[in-house]
Amino acid sequence: MNAKVFYTQPDGTERVLEASPGDSVMQTAVRNGVAGIVGQCGGSLSCATCHVFLESGEFAPVSEDEDDMLEVAATDREDNSRLSCQLVLAEGQEVRVAIPAAQL
Amino acid sequence: MSTGHLLVVGAGQAGVQLAGSARELGWIGPITLIGQEPHPPYARPPLSKTYLRGETDLSALALRSEDFFREQEIELVAGERIDQLSLTATGGTAQATSGRHWSFDRLALATGAEPRRLPIAGSDLDGVLVLRDVGDADALGHHMRSVTNLVVIGGGFIGLEVAATAAATGVTVAVVEAAPALLTRVVSGHTAAAVQAAHDAAGIRFHTGVRPVRLHGHAGAVTAVELADGTMLPAGLVLVGIGARPRDDLARAAGLLCDGGVVVDAYSLASDGRTVAIGDCANLPDPTSDPPVTRLRLESVDNAVEQARAAATTLVGDQRRYRGVPWFWSHQGDLKLQIAGLAKPEDEAVVRLGKKAGQQTVLRYRGNRLVAAECINAPGDFVAVRKALAWGRTTAQANARDGALPLKALLLGN
Repeated sequence: MNAKVFYTQPDGTERVLEASPGDSVMQTAVRNGVAGIVGQCGGSLSCATCHVFLESGEFAPVSEDEDDMLEVAATDREDNSRLSCQLVLAEGQEVRVAIPAAQL
Repeated sequence: MSTGHLLVVGAGQAGVQLAGSARELGWIGPITLIGQEPHPPYARPPLSKTYLRGETDLSALALRSEDFFREQEIELVAGERIDQLSLTATGGTAQATSGRHWSFDRLALATGAEPRRLPIAGSDLDGVLVLRDVGDADALGHHMRSVTNLVVIGGGFIGLEVAATAAATGVTVAVVEAAPALLTRVVSGHTAAAVQAAHDAAGIRFHTGVRPVRLHGHAGAVTAVELADGTMLPAGLVLVGIGARPRDDLARAAGLLCDGGVVVDAYSLASDGRTVAIGDCANLPDPTSDPPVTRLRLESVDNAVEQARAAATTLVGDQRRYRGVPWFWSHQGDLKLQIAGLAKPEDEAVVRLGKKAGQQTVLRYRGNRLVAAECINAPGDFVAVRKALAWGRTTAQANARDGALPLKALLLGN
C-alpha cells in the first residue's frame, strides 16, 4: 500500500502525492516537480537542498551529518527541521511536511 | 513566442530540468525532450556507487516520474539520436539516425559529454571499459564480479569512485595517474594527499606520475597494463577515467560557434543568439564573477540543474544571467568529498583538521578573499562555505587558521 505525503508551500498551497514505500519524501517531491525541494545530490546527504519542516510522521532520528548540515541550512533551522532525503517512507505511512522559503 | 514548439535534445539532468523549468515559467507550446538512450531519464552519480554495487536498480534512479511528464505535457522520446540539425532565423529541423524528424521554434542543446578514450595500443581489447551511462555500468558490474584485478587509468572522480567501490567488494585495485598527484585539476595538494591516504588504507595501490603505454591481452581480452617505467600491472578489467569530451559535433555542423563545447553567453545563448546550450556540452562564462572574466565547462549535477533553470528564463523571454556558486561532490567508499566554489591552482590553501579522524576542510583564498572549500567528511563545513560564498561573506586567513573557531561563526555570524 502506497504512502501519502502532504507538501505545504510557504504560501500555504498544498499538494498531496502518493509514494512507493522505500522512496524518500525528497525523491517523491523531485520526481513529481514539487517546487522548493531541490535534492541535487539525489539523496546522498551531500547538498542540504531538501530541507523541510516535518509536521507529522515518525522517522529515524537525525544523524550527525544531517545535524551538521541543518545547522547551516539556507532557511533557519527549527526543532522539526529535517533533510527530506532521510525521510524514507514506510508502507501506508501518512506524512506532512512544510517547505521552507529558500534551499540555496 | 512561448507558444511555439520547444525541442530539447538530450534527456540527462540538464535537458530534463530545462524542459520542466520552461513549462513552470510559462512556456505554453509543445515541449519535446529527446534522449538517445532507451531508458527514461535517470541520475548518473549512483552509477559508480550504489548502482554498481547492485544496491539500487534503474527505476530507483528516475529523475522524474511518468506522471510528471504527462501532467506537464512534456513529450519524452527515448532511444532517438539526433544527427542532423538545420537552423533558420525562426526555428529549424532536427533529424534522428532513424529518419524521424522534428521541426521546432526554439532549440535547446543538452547533449552532454562522452568519455575520452585511451590513445594507446590495446585499448580495444575486451574488458577495457569507460563509465558514462547505465549500459557502461552494467558491463562494469558484470566484469567486476568475475575478476580479481582492476586497473583504473585516471585518478579523477569517476576513477576513484569506481576504485573504492571495487576494493570494497574484494577486488585488487591499482590506480594509474599520469600527473604527479590525484585530482590535480580540481583540488589542492592537501586534499589530494588526504584522499590518496584514505584509499591507501583501503588497500588501493597508486602509480602516479607515470603513463600507461600499452594494454596487453590474451584471446582478445585484456590481461595487463604496461606502464612507461616498465611496470606490468595484471588486469582482468581496466576502467579508463581520463575525462570527458563535450558532445558539440551537432552544434558545430549546424554552424554554431564551438570551442571545446558549444560557446554560450551568460544567458546560455549560442552564437546564433537563439539556440540555448546547457550542461556538460556548454562552454560558458564563469558564473561566479560579474563581469565574467574566464570561460569554462562545468561537469556537475549542480551546473546542469542551475544553468538549465537560468536558460529557461531566456526561453520564456524574462532572461536572467546565470550566476551561482558551483559545487561538486564525490563519494569514494567511506570518503565524502564536497567542493564549493571554483579555485585556481595558484590560490592559497588553509587547512583545518576536524574533530574526528579523517575529517578535513581546506579553504582556498585568492588574496584575502575566500573563493572555495574542499571538505572531506565535513558536510557542515561544506554547507557553511557554500552559503558564505553565495552571500559574499569571507573571513581573514588568520581567523580561518584557528581550527577552534567554527566556520559557521566565522563566516555566517553577525
